[in-house]
Amino acid sequence: MSPAFPILTAMVLLPAAGALAVALVPRTRPELFRGVALLFSFATGALTIYLLAAFDRHDAGYQFVVNRSWVSDFGIAWHVGVDGISLFLIVLTGVLFPLAMLGSSPHHDPKPYYAWLLLLEAGCLGVFISLDLFLFFVMFEIVLVPMYFLIGGWGYANRVYAALKFFLFTIFGSALMLVGIVALAYLHRNAIEDQHRAQATEIVDQAQGNPTPAQQAEVAQLREGVPLSFDLVDIAESHTVVDDSKSANPIDWSAARWIFLALAVAFAIKVPLFPLHTWLPDAHTEAPTAGSVILAGVLLKLGTYGLLRFGLYLLPDAALFFAPGLVTLGVIGIIYGAICAAMQKDLKRLVAYSSVAHLGFIVLGTFAITTQGLQGGLLQAVNHGLSTGALFLLVGMIADRRGTREISRLKGLQKPAPLFAAVFMVVMLSSIGLPGLNGFVGEFLVLIGSFLTRRWWAIVAASGVILAALYLLWAYQRVFQGEPDEDNRHFPEINWREGLVMAPLVALIVFLGVYPKPVLDRMAPSVDKLIVHVERNSDFVSPKPGRPAENAQEGGK
Amino acid sequence: MLDLVWLIPALPLAGFLLLLAFGRRLGEPGAGWLATIMCAASFAASVIVFAGLLARAEDNRRFVQILFAWVPVGALRVDVGFLVDPLSITMALFVTGVGALIHLYAIGYMHGDDGFPRFFVYLNLFIFSMLMLVLGNNLLVTFVGWEGVGACSYFLISFWFSDEANASAGKKAFITNRIGDWGFMLAIFVAFASVGTIDYVGMNTRLAQGAAVTATAVGLLLFVGAVGKSAQIPLFIWLPDAMAGPTPVSALIHAATMVTAGVFLMTRVNPILAAGYTWVPHLIAWLGVITALVAATIAITQNDIKKVLAYSTISQLGYMFLAVGVGAYVAAIFHMVTHAFFKALLFLGSGSVIHGVDDEQDMRRMGALRKYMPVTAATFIVGWLAIAGVPPFSGFWSKDEILLSAWASGGTQGRALWAIGLATALITAYYMSRQVFLVFYGEARWQDDAPAEIPAEGGGAEAAVEPAHDEAGGHGVRPHESPWLMAAPLVVLAVLATVGGVINLPFSENTEFLARWLDPVVGANELAIDVPTATKVTLAAVAVAAALVGILGAAVVYLWRRVRAVEPAVLAHGYYYDESISRFVGGPGMALFNAVAWFDTHIIDGAVNGVAALVAGGGRRLRVVQSGFVRSYALGVATGVVVVLAYIITRINF
Repeated sequence: MSPAFPILTAMVLLPAAGALAVALVPRTRPELFRGVALLFSFATGALTIYLLAAFDRHDAGYQFVVNRSWVSDFGIAWHVGVDGISLFLIVLTGVLFPLAMLGSSPHHDPKPYYAWLLLLEAGCLGVFISLDLFLFFVMFEIVLVPMYFLIGGWGYANRVYAALKFFLFTIFGSALMLVGIVALAYLHRNAIEDQHRAQATEIVDQAQGNPTPAQQAEVAQLREGVPLSFDLVDIAESHTVVDDSKSANPIDWSAARWIFLALAVAFAIKVPLFPLHTWLPDAHTEAPTAGSVILAGVLLKLGTYGLLRFGLYLLPDAALFFAPGLVTLGVIGIIYGAICAAMQKDLKRLVAYSSVAHLGFIVLGTFAITTQGLQGGLLQAVNHGLSTGALFLLVGMIADRRGTREISRLKGLQKPAPLFAAVFMVVMLSSIGLPGLNGFVGEFLVLIGSFLTRRWWAIVAASGVILAALYLLWAYQRVFQGEPDEDNRHFPEINWREGLVMAPLVALIVFLGVYPKPVLDRMAPSVDKLIVHVERNSDFVSPKPGRPAENAQEGGK
Repeated sequence: MLDLVWLIPALPLAGFLLLLAFGRRLGEPGAGWLATIMCAASFAASVIVFAGLLARAEDNRRFVQILFAWVPVGALRVDVGFLVDPLSITMALFVTGVGALIHLYAIGYMHGDDGFPRFFVYLNLFIFSMLMLVLGNNLLVTFVGWEGVGACSYFLISFWFSDEANASAGKKAFITNRIGDWGFMLAIFVAFASVGTIDYVGMNTRLAQGAAVTATAVGLLLFVGAVGKSAQIPLFIWLPDAMAGPTPVSALIHAATMVTAGVFLMTRVNPILAAGYTWVPHLIAWLGVITALVAATIAITQNDIKKVLAYSTISQLGYMFLAVGVGAYVAAIFHMVTHAFFKALLFLGSGSVIHGVDDEQDMRRMGALRKYMPVTAATFIVGWLAIAGVPPFSGFWSKDEILLSAWASGGTQGRALWAIGLATALITAYYMSRQVFLVFYGEARWQDDAPAEIPAEGGGAEAAVEPAHDEAGGHGVRPHESPWLMAAPLVVLAVLATVGGVINLPFSENTEFLARWLDPVVGANELAIDVPTATKVTLAAVAVAAALVGILGAAVVYLWRRVRAVEPAVLAHGYYYDESISRFVGGPGMALFNAVAWFDTHIIDGAVNGVAALVAGGGRRLRVVQSGFVRSYALGVATGVVVVLAYIITRINF
């Protein structure tokens, strides 16, 4: 593949084409649906792996960029690119989709099921590569529709309620996002025009009625209108230079805050942040297994990614204003989600609530705005995708075998299925954050990074680690330990197909725990660049750990 | 030779991986032998590294090996690396040495168990984790081992997972430990934030030079971690329950190695403790000595053979913290080593007894076993004399050193610490003698139906470890000596428990090998003992007298039966501490959690559904616009939001 090959565009089009292909397979050949769908999603996965290999880890900027005008009247462009911040979310998406498809099958109507899943994959990848606000919004919306139909069509008993709730919550956020995006684009354009006019006036004043032809031309050019643009990079990095170290957003600070708030609410619903989380337990629990895996593994990350890329990066000053609130909600989520998880009677719902806790860590790390916190948050996003994705797959296997997810009806499964229990144990320990497995590295980095800037939040959040052990070990005890009764005595052991799905997940869980350096190295340049960007556009100063001057105030507990 | 240090943890790790892959095919006893050989090979590697270190000049006995960069993020540089110095290699030697003996013993003990290969998978993983803990060159690698041993402890306590009580005990151990680990994590954060490194070498130096308040915070938070891992007040409750695990586990993890990790950690960061405010070491000393006393008093009344030893372990760990608190780091490590010998011996001996009387653990159903199990009895008696502090057995020397250090730490406080320590020594001799007399002397009671021989008011404290004796009562039990695989480690440990004191005899500087050996690590902050020889001898004599009084007292009550036993219920129930916590967790704790869950379903989600109901109600009246499609409702909502927000944005400033 030559550098000119638009790999990112292909990455979105391939699963979309797959959806079309599945739709075109005649209903008389039902055995083909699954095969075609797997083919396309594995091919897409391979493409993301290739992207990982081809990615230049020293480059902090966007790579594989394609920027073509799309709706030129409104300045909307097909502007896509990838950097160290989005890279691993893309790879995670590429890896999780084929595994989720392989690890579970729909109980009916495979054709639309696989078509929706592939369309969902296209949308998710589209979100992570979009560098145009409007394109991002479109992709964000595309994701919503297949998920709605997957939950509503192939879910469990209470699926209609759950699907509707998911839809209404998200569409509410989307509406806010659309307002924010449109307002931002127009206000930004207006602000630039104002600046130009001011410059023109200044030139005219300086010329004192006798402008040279060059000045006249310049004034004319400055007085011409500026085209509307939805370009993320343009808007985020067009800030006016104030002096060598600072620059300022051309948009009025109060408007910027309103816009940030509109976007943040949309993303907070997706994350979800307390108290906007109540769609999550229903949607996760009622969705079919593959839906839950993707929902937890990928869709929630749209929210945290959005907060980072379309919040912190886009409007740094406004983001800092709201950061304490967001961090507080994240920390509440860590504790609150864990407590709710502990009290669930349904195993799948328990895992769902654990997501609220885990995502709280990501938000905390993101708005700590330290290199450890941000990289930890990104790593935690990947880790949560792997661990919680794997947990949902395992819970799905249990539900399929036993016809129930009620914890009280499961018992002693380790005896008939020791290998299944062992896999569950490894995944669970990763979720608990046991050092040596992936979950620990992310949580640790988030906590140590946020301790530098938000000490008390970090101290409280760290206690979430105790609670995670509490609810998961308790669940493990009730489900896997004890003496199995008649219903559970013949629980089938993990089979080869399931083993095939779990093996790469477990391998990644161990690998990322022991040697996260390849991932961290690729994130670092982009994250550092982001921090410099934030420092430049706000009053924020990134802390330097180990400065003796700080010692006097340190840790007087 | 020093660069072979990576082999020390790599060998048990290889054993773990091999057993994971081929354990089931190897089966019994192959899996056990593989694990034992790996642990013994690790011991051999430790000896080689030890020799290499010994060959170096005293002020040059420090070697760092970096394997690879683990978490390099910005200013945070954490490597997977090892710090070889006299302290870490001392730990590695006794962990692998005692570990290998216990592995060997376990081949015999676990004979016939369905989970035989699985047991050795965990055991090798444990040794690996423990070695990472002691050899790590920074706080985070130690933390990997720290949580790793916790996880292995959890696996092994709930090894017989079919029994709910075992599963609960394992869970309790893990969660209680995690409370301590929270402190450990915060210590890492504070250290990094203030001095920018968590490597022991750099961190210790810089914190010692920095502000006292920072050093205090780091020291105190690490101590919180140590309190959890080493089962001190208030987090000791998990250790008695941990006896639910197979007995080799109790010996290895819950007596000899893992639970001493807290003492190791405190010794490792001794410059930080010295640089902080003095109330932290004082707190450590007081918490240690009070734990020692409290646990010893509880041990008097326990009837489960392993629970006596569990409380005894808590008590002995308290001694070690007393030593740390008064700055007697050498004495702490000395006692850690001798304790590893005699307590492992006692646990393995108790395992042999349990094995010999068909899984009976209630001492009231034992007695006179010395006639049937001569090797077990003889070695157990050695362990007893060692822990009771009878010269010349190893425990006497190390305990005497701690009591002397407490005395020498000066002032009223030193005297008080010494007095409580001495009282604990007396009680220790008493309850251990009680155990020996009940198990090996007196009448044979294993044929009895009811455990009525010794009146014990409220013997319900052993809830979690109720032994699985068969329903037929004890009839038909034929006590027998254990096979050589189990007896051989007992003999080796008995020899070590007897002569272990030679590593640090207090006769002259030349015989204090351990003190000289550890000097590069702890010397700068070690308590200087400035006490005349006459006082030292007197103190030692008083300590021996206390031991003898304890033994005699127990003999009067339990051997000659001249005095009725006093075993108050408050002690049998461990001062109702554990029960109160259980009641709190099960009552108000559970209620709080339920309240949060209720809040979530009824208030937060209720509000959402309430809004939905309102919309639906409005919709019924506005049937004209009702189309039945989700999209159109959504569009309505969205349009409204757009209008409202657009208005707001143009009008209002923050």
